[in-house]
This record gives sequence, structure tokens and C-alpha cells, in this order.
Amino acid sequence: MLTDHDKQEIQAELARTPSRRGALIEALRVVQRRAGWVSNADVVEVAAFLGLPVSQAEDVATFYSMIFRQEVGRHVILLCDSVSCWVNRADALLTHLRSRLGIRLGQTTADGRFTLLPAACLGACDRGPVMKVDEDLHTHLTAEKIDRILESYP
Amino acid sequence: MKIYIENRRFDLTDPSVNLLEACLSLGFDVPYFCWHPVLRSVGACRQCAVKVFKDEADTRGRIVMSCMTAPAEGMRVSVNDDEAREFRAKVIEWLMLNHPHDCPICDEGGECHLQDVTVMAGHVRRQSRFPKRTHRNQDLGPLVNHEMNRCIQCYRCVRFYADYAGGRDVGVQGCHDGVYFGRPSPGPLESEFSGNLVEVCPTGVFTDKSLKRHYTRKWDLQTAPSVCVHCGLGCNTFPGQRYGTLRRVRTRYHREVNGYFLCDRGRYGYEFVNSPRRILQALLRQGDNALAQVSAEEAIRLAKSLLSSGKCIGLGSPRATLESNFALRTLVSPSRFFHPLAVSQHLLSGSSLSLLRRFPLASLRDVSQSTAVFLLGEDVSNTAPLLALALRQAAVRAPRLAKAALLKIPAWHEAALRTAVQEEKGPFFLAATGPTRLDDLAAAPYRAAPGDLAALGFAVAHALDPAAPAVPNLPPAAAELAERIAASLKSAAAPLIVSGPSCGSEALLHAAANVAAALGKTNPQARLCLTAPECNSVGLALLPGGNLADVLRALRDGSADTLIVLESDLYRHADAALVDEIFTAAKHVIVIDSLANATTARAELVLPAATFAESSGTLVNNEGRAQRSYAVCPPKAPVQESWRWLTALTPNVSWPRWEDILAAMAVSSGDFRDVTTLGPAADFRLVGQKIPRQPHRYSGRTAMTAHIDVREPAPAADLDTPLAFSMEGSPLNPPGPLIPRYWSPRWNSDQGVHKFQIEVAGPLQGGDPGKRIIEPSSEPAGYFAPTPPASEGDGEILFTPAWHVFGSEELSVHSPGIAELAPRPYVALGPVDAGRLGVRDGAPVTVTLAGRTLALPARILEAIPPGAAALPAALADLPFFSLPARGSVSLAAPAAPEGRP
Ligand code: SF4
Ligand code: SF4
Ligand code: FES
Ligand code: FES
Repeated sequence: MLTDHDKQEIQAELARTPSRRGALIEALRVVQRRAGWVSNADVVEVAAFLGLPVSQAEDVATFYSMIFRQEVGRHVILLCDSVSCWVNRADALLTHLRSRLGIRLGQTTADGRFTLLPAACLGACDRGPVMKVDEDLHTHLTAEKIDRILESYP
Repeated sequence: MKIYIENRRFDLTDPSVNLLEACLSLGFDVPYFCWHPVLRSVGACRQCAVKVFKDEADTRGRIVMSCMTAPAEGMRVSVNDDEAREFRAKVIEWLMLNHPHDCPICDEGGECHLQDVTVMAGHVRRQSRFPKRTHRNQDLGPLVNHEMNRCIQCYRCVRFYADYAGGRDVGVQGCHDGVYFGRPSPGPLESEFSGNLVEVCPTGVFTDKSLKRHYTRKWDLQTAPSVCVHCGLGCNTFPGQRYGTLRRVRTRYHREVNGYFLCDRGRYGYEFVNSPRRILQALLRQGDNALAQVSAEEAIRLAKSLLSSGKCIGLGSPRATLESNFALRTLVSPSRFFHPLAVSQHLLSGSSLSLLRRFPLASLRDVSQSTAVFLLGEDVSNTAPLLALALRQAAVRAPRLAKAALLKIPAWHEAALRTAVQEEKGPFFLAATGPTRLDDLAAAPYRAAPGDLAALGFAVAHALDPAAPAVPNLPPAAAELAERIAASLKSAAAPLIVSGPSCGSEALLHAAANVAAALGKTNPQARLCLTAPECNSVGLALLPGGNLADVLRALRDGSADTLIVLESDLYRHADAALVDEIFTAAKHVIVIDSLANATTARAELVLPAATFAESSGTLVNNEGRAQRSYAVCPPKAPVQESWRWLTALTPNVSWPRWEDILAAMAVSSGDFRDVTTLGPAADFRLVGQKIPRQPHRYSGRTAMTAHIDVREPAPAADLDTPLAFSMEGSPLNPPGPLIPRYWSPRWNSDQGVHKFQIEVAGPLQGGDPGKRIIEPSSEPAGYFAPTPPASEGDGEILFTPAWHVFGSEELSVHSPGIAELAPRPYVALGPVDAGRLGVRDGAPVTVTLAGRTLALPARILEAIPPGAAALPAALADLPFFSLPARGSVSLAAPAAPEGRP
């Protein structure tokens, strides 16, 4: 269900874009910010609220990898797997994260605390390897550093 | 502009095309996927790569996408350049990574553009060792099959379905190697143009579900140039036949009419030809009221004796060919020829014809090129679907032209134009009695009763030209809207007014005529477009005759005692009480038709008529264009063309061949002057040979009938046309009107249509089929006086007809797929009246109308104006009503429903 607050935020976005279609991405992000992810029912509701066909909303909602279409954990880890980070042994960090959390890429820990996802270049290649946890960027990663970082996300 | 291709010089007559179009028009086989002659270029597939060289000295050149490149003066192009070839082969190899190698079980096989291009591009060996990505398919309803694994991501489907045809339920989901073309969830496709996906998709993702049930490869289908019989637009088709049944219908290109597309009614309505209701024998009513088979000779002898009183009346048909109507009129004499129409419908048909004689009518191509539209009353998506598709293009025409000029974007550059135009629409004014599927094109659709719509039209005409009569007592809102519409139409380069008879209002036609006349005074580009209810409504109107009330009068006053009814179910055209009276008053009734219906049930003698699939004939479409439709297969005796039955009954007339009756028609009336020259004469030959209806790869010719006789039967003779029911004949491309299918070397799919055109999307080689036979007068058109809205009956609610693309047409509902999509009877109310009556959506209500009481579920539709209700028109399960008419709706306990007699 879209909350009143969601609707206000989407309305504000509509005022900024010349077309209703243009407000779609932001509207989906509004939902994701509140609920953590975007369900099929959310897509239908966002489309109805914007007066767009469901198929248009679904197209956009499935195109962007950062619009989550499955339930995610309390915290989302995005580990960069692009060239610079890879050169700096990001793959070893992936192995570490996997064993530490007991999940594979695309999975969520049983306690619902972390979801582990790959990410294309996060724009911090000079400080690689890097990862994002929720909105925070963490650079110059090592296995020990990762362990410490994870502690700070309850 | 001169360009060089493979070092040969060519002069481009039209430099506004792209390089791919130029190459194809010049006969070079450049492979492509995402470009489409109407959907134009987006540069998505990279298959159309060619090499372009700066000048003669440039030996390296560079690879460009020909569909995204404008030709330039002196440009040097190579299609066969080694690097370009290798590039194209790699693109195919890459596209084929995920494509299943399932051609033998794929319905597209044998007419697949992907197969053709793969062979053309020379990719023959798979090197990839990795698993292919797979998808889950969707059930898309009864018409279109979905097999997503075959997708090559060319985006044509969604560009046609959503961008071009305005469909809302198909999109593209996902990204990178996981894109998915389909609906958000499984379910029947909503667009009435969904079947075009089958032709637009270059591979076997979208295929014809009706064909699947009786599958036949293209090379095994016997085909002929035909004309759609399911509405008045006359779209050109290729029906295909095998083993004695019709298997499918494909689009036959006509530049002025349907272009590259068909609607789903036209594509899937064909199965009535295979219906178990087909009448295959002459039938005579017995003492016990049952019909018993009689031989053709016996039937003719009986018919002659029934006609011997000399007091016979003939009822022509808006769905029979010109030939059959003419033969009937000749048999009974012109003064005894009538139209099977109720008074009101008859009046509308006469008015429409008189407008055709006054104004140059717009072809569908003209429609799509208009820059401002006033759509007055006609729900075209349901009554003339391809017109709706053309109007959708007209709605974006003005902003596209403006953006193209402003930003210097070539017309073919679809990607850039779409981005520039976004959701902008040109002037599009829509006035209707209820919701329509074009509502999204209009800023604010105007809803009102037919009389008020007409008043708006008259007011627009008056605002355009003060000499046109004014409308007294127009509500201020309508007056203000009329001014706005007039101003917009006046300033448009190519304004268009669209209307038609389906609202049942003659005033509406007059209003549209006034607008056209007023616009025409200052703008010769202004056009009028009118729909026609059936495939030969205009042809029938050209053969004048009275209406059904006149028929009853003649039967009652003793001037007639015998009726001969040609291909029409009178119960669909007039109130059942009137039709019952006619049948009771007639001493003898002879009916010629192809399907058993309520009218054949009243006949004493029934003669089996050939359908369009088994007969050649002429149909006149809504704009007065006469077109020939050729038999796909010979009729199986005793079934024959209606005109042959009628000729057999006519003393002193002998028309053994089609040409003979055409010659008689040509001299009978100025209107029919040209009917003999609509296509090549029967003795036309290509290098001494006939044109084969069967492809040269047609298989199983001997095996097909081996269970009856191992000797192969001689092909049926066709004395009527230059086509042959055989695979023997000329391998050359025949002239436009005779093309039986699109095929040419390397182009097995219908994409090869450009091999039959003078240039891509241009006229057909050897002439476009058909000809407009109604010359509008050169006199300046006068004005009609506004008539106050007349409505029959009393009651608080004005009932108007709601037409349904699936369900309102007589023949197509005998196709299982169409029947599945047709609505159940209902009555639609606006929210105001529903609230007042305490009716909820879906609640049973009682409708009292024209002396009948019906129990129907209610639908509540926002767009129905207060005081009005809509009743589905011409549904098989509802009786005929002459609408608009007044009646009432109540929530009372439902009475027993009344059905057809
Ligand atoms: S489904 Fe067909 S038309 Fe659509 S993208 Fe795939 S191959 Fe192209
Ligand atoms: S628009 Fe009319 S003529 Fe054309 S295909 Fe559809 S039903 Fe047939
Ligand atoms: S490659 Fe990892 S941040 Fe750019
Ligand atoms: S046809 Fe040119 S890129 Fe697809």
C-alpha cells in the first residue's frame, strides 16, 4: 500500500518532471526507501497512482538492478566486482564475505541482517577494493576491515 | 542525389530515405532486424552494417549501420565488403548464442526472417559451449502464442504494440542478457492489433495460435490475393488453405489501405469458413419442417418454379460481392431489388453514399498523414479498427513534423524522433457517446448523446464558416469547444474529420459533411473520412433499392409474393417483429448463404453459397475503392458463388465466366465503368503462364488424396482469373493485384514484400490493387441544416449502441478465438444514473426498450453521460434494436431473458 507520505513524495516528484513517465523511477525509489524493496503489488499501485500502464512501470522496475524486487535484509552489501577492484583482489574478499555470512551472492542471511549483492564500478576505483553497505561507501578493504565494518551494522 | 554501391552509380529519387531503405529499394539484400518499413530505425540490432567510403581514394572505409545513416551526395557504399560481411556474421552468431535450434518444431520455420538473415549473413557453425538462457512463456489468450526463448531482442514487438498501436499491456522487462518481452503477467493481449506481432517479430516468439491448431508451413499453403470481409475498410489479405480448410490469414500490403497491418478481427475471423454451420448442400424444407438435401439441378428447378409467379423480390446484401448483388438485381429487375436494412440503417447508407459523391474521401494513408483530427461520434476501434490505428499516427503527426523540422531529424530516425516528441500529441478532438480506446489521444474527450454530438459538429462548421447554419441554444461549454476545434482545424495543414453511421444518427453525418465543406472552402487538403458497416455496404448502396419496410409493404399489397434473400441474416438488420412479418407475408422464401442462421431457418429453399475463400469477386470499401478478391480454393460442388446460382435462375442471361458478369456490370451503370479493369484480365499470362496459387515447394500433392485414389487429380481449372490452383506456372513476380504471397529467393518470410514494391513502402510493381470508382463532384458542397435530435420511444434513458470489435460482426464470431473474446450481453450506465437507480457494477437490471424487456448485468462506465446507456450492438445473443432509442432501466427482479426467435 502506498502511504500518504509516499504519495506526497511522488506528487512532489511529478511536479518536477515534464511527463508522468519521468516520475516513475523516483516513485519506485520512494517505495523502496520505505519498504526496503518493491513488490509486484507496489508496482501496480505506483502505476495506478501515476496513471500509467502497469507494463510501463514493470519495465522500469525490472530494468534497474538497484530497484530490489525481492525482499532484502536490513542491510544491503554491494561489493564492487569491476576491473580496478578485481585487480586489487576483490574476489578474495567475496570469498571471505561469503564464508563469513554463510550466503552466496544474491542471498540474505537467515537472521535477515545482510543481503549480499555484486555491483558494477562504484566510482571509487582509486581506493579499491570497495563496497557499499546501505548508503555508506567503504574503501581500501581487507578481510579484517570487513569484519569490523559488519559489526557496525546491527 | 547520386551514390555508388559496389562501385555502381545510382540516382536516388528520394534522398529522405536511409541507406538501408535505399539499398533494399535498389535490390541489394542487406540483412536487418530492428528496422521496419513503418516502425523505422532505432539502430538496436547492428545487423544492417555496411561499409561506407569517403571517396574513391578511401580504401579502408568504415562500418556504419545502414538503417541509421543518411545517404549523402557521392557516397560510396559496399554491402559485400569483407569486413562488413564478417561483422554481420558475428552479429548473427552473437544473437544465436541463446536462440534455440528448434526450427523443425517452430511455427515460424520456413518463413522466418531470422532463418533468412542467418543464411544471408553466412553464420553456419556454433562455437559457444555455454548453456542458453531460457524463459517462462506466457499464455497470451486465444490469438497469439508466446515462446520467449526464441527472442533476439530486436524490440520490434514492443515498438509496434506499445509505441505504434498504443497497447498498454506489452512491454520489455529486465535488462542485459535477461530481457523479456511480454505482459506484466499472463493473460489475453488487450490490443485488437495483437496479431501483427506474429508478422512484426522476425522470429518465432509470437506466432499465430489459430494456425497452430491446424498447422501448415507457408510453403504448403495455397494462397491468393483477397480482401477482408469483416468491416468496411477493405484491408488486403492473404488467406491460406490446405486439406480443404482455411488455415490462416496474413497481411497483404496495400499502401493506401491497410499498409503492413491487419486487425485481429480480420486476421482471426476467417475460421467461419471452416465452421460446422456451413451450408454445403442445397436444402429443401419438408412437410415436417426439417430441411432435406436436394441436388443442385433439383434446387435450380425448384427455385425456378418458385420464381415463376413473376412476383419475386430480391434482397441484396452488404456482405455479398458486387457481382452477387448485381446478379440478384438482374434476376428480379432493378425495381424489385431491395436492401436488407431497417428504415434507419437504410437512410444512413444512402446518406453516406451521397457524401461519398460530394467529397474526396480520405484513404487510411491520408488519415495517418493528417495533422489535426476531429473524430465525431464513431467508435472506430470497434467499427473500423485499422482506421483507429491510422488515427493514432495522425495524433502524433503534427509534433513529429515540428520536431523533425526544428531539430533537423530525418523522418526515418525513429529513436531520435520519439525521444524528441515524448508524449506530445497534435490536435485531436474526440466526441463520443461513451468510452473509446482512442480516449488517450484527446486532451478532453467530449461525451454526449448522438444528437448533441451532431450539434457540436454543426457548431464547428458554423465557427469555420459563418455561411454554415448556426446551432440554436447550444450550451456554452459546447459552443466554446466548437470554437476551439474550429480554430485548430483551420490552422492545420491537413485537417481531418471522421464520422460514420454506427451511432445511428444521420444528423451526425450531416454535421461531419458541414465541417468538411467548411474546411474545404479554404483548404484543399482537408479530408473527410467515413466508416461503412460491412465489407460491401458501399457497393450495395451503389445498387439502389428500398428498405425492409418497403419489402413488407410490397408483400402485403400483393405486388410481391416470393422473396429471395442473398447472404444476409435479416434478424441482424431489423427488429425481429418486422422480419417475422415479412416471412409470414411471403409465400415462398429462397435464401442463398454460407452459414446457417435465423434467416436460413425461415427459408423454404436454401442454396449453398461460397465464402470469400472460395469465390472471386469485387468489394467496395468505405472510401469507394473497388477491390478484387480472388478465390483461394475452388468451391466444392454444389457450393458455388451466389452470382452463379442467381445467373442459373435468370432467363436469357449467360455469364459463364467472371469476366462476363463484370462486362455486364460495366455497361449497366457509370459507377461500374471500371470494374473490368481493377486487375489484369483472365487471359493475362506471365511469359505465357498462369500465376500459381501454390508455392513451388508445395509438398504432398500426390499423398494428400492418396487415401482416395493414388492417382493425382488434375488441378481444378480456373477460367475466371489468371491464377491457377496449382504449383505450375510463372515463377516471376506478378503485378500488384495478382500477387498470391510474398516470396522471393533468399526472402522466405513476408519481409520480402519490398521485392514486390517499386521502392520500400512504395506502390506495388505493376500497379496497386483496386481503384476508387466514386468520383466526387466538383461542385462546391452546400450545407445541411442542423436537425433537432430525434429519438424514438419514450423513457428516461437514451440507449446508444456500443460496438465491439469482437462480437459485433456476424461472421468472425464463428471463429473460436474471436468468440472467446466477445463480451456477454450487458448494459452500460454512467455513474450518475447508476447512483440514482442504486445499481452497482455487475448487478442484474431490467431494461425496457422498444417493447421488449431484457434481463442484463449492468456495467458502470465513467464515460457514459447522464441520461444515457449503452447496449452492445449486434451481439449474437442480443436481439436487434434500432438505436438510439429511449427506454428505461430498473433494478427490479430480473424477468426471464428474451432471446432471438
Ligand atoms: S519477441 Fe520478437 S519482436 Fe520482440 S524483441 Fe524478441 S525477436 Fe524482436
Ligand atoms: S480493419 Fe476491417 S477490413 Fe481491416 S482487417 Fe480489420 S476487420 Fe478487416
Ligand atoms: S572498479 Fe570498483 S569502484 Fe570502480
Ligand atoms: S536494422 Fe539497422 S541496426 Fe537493426
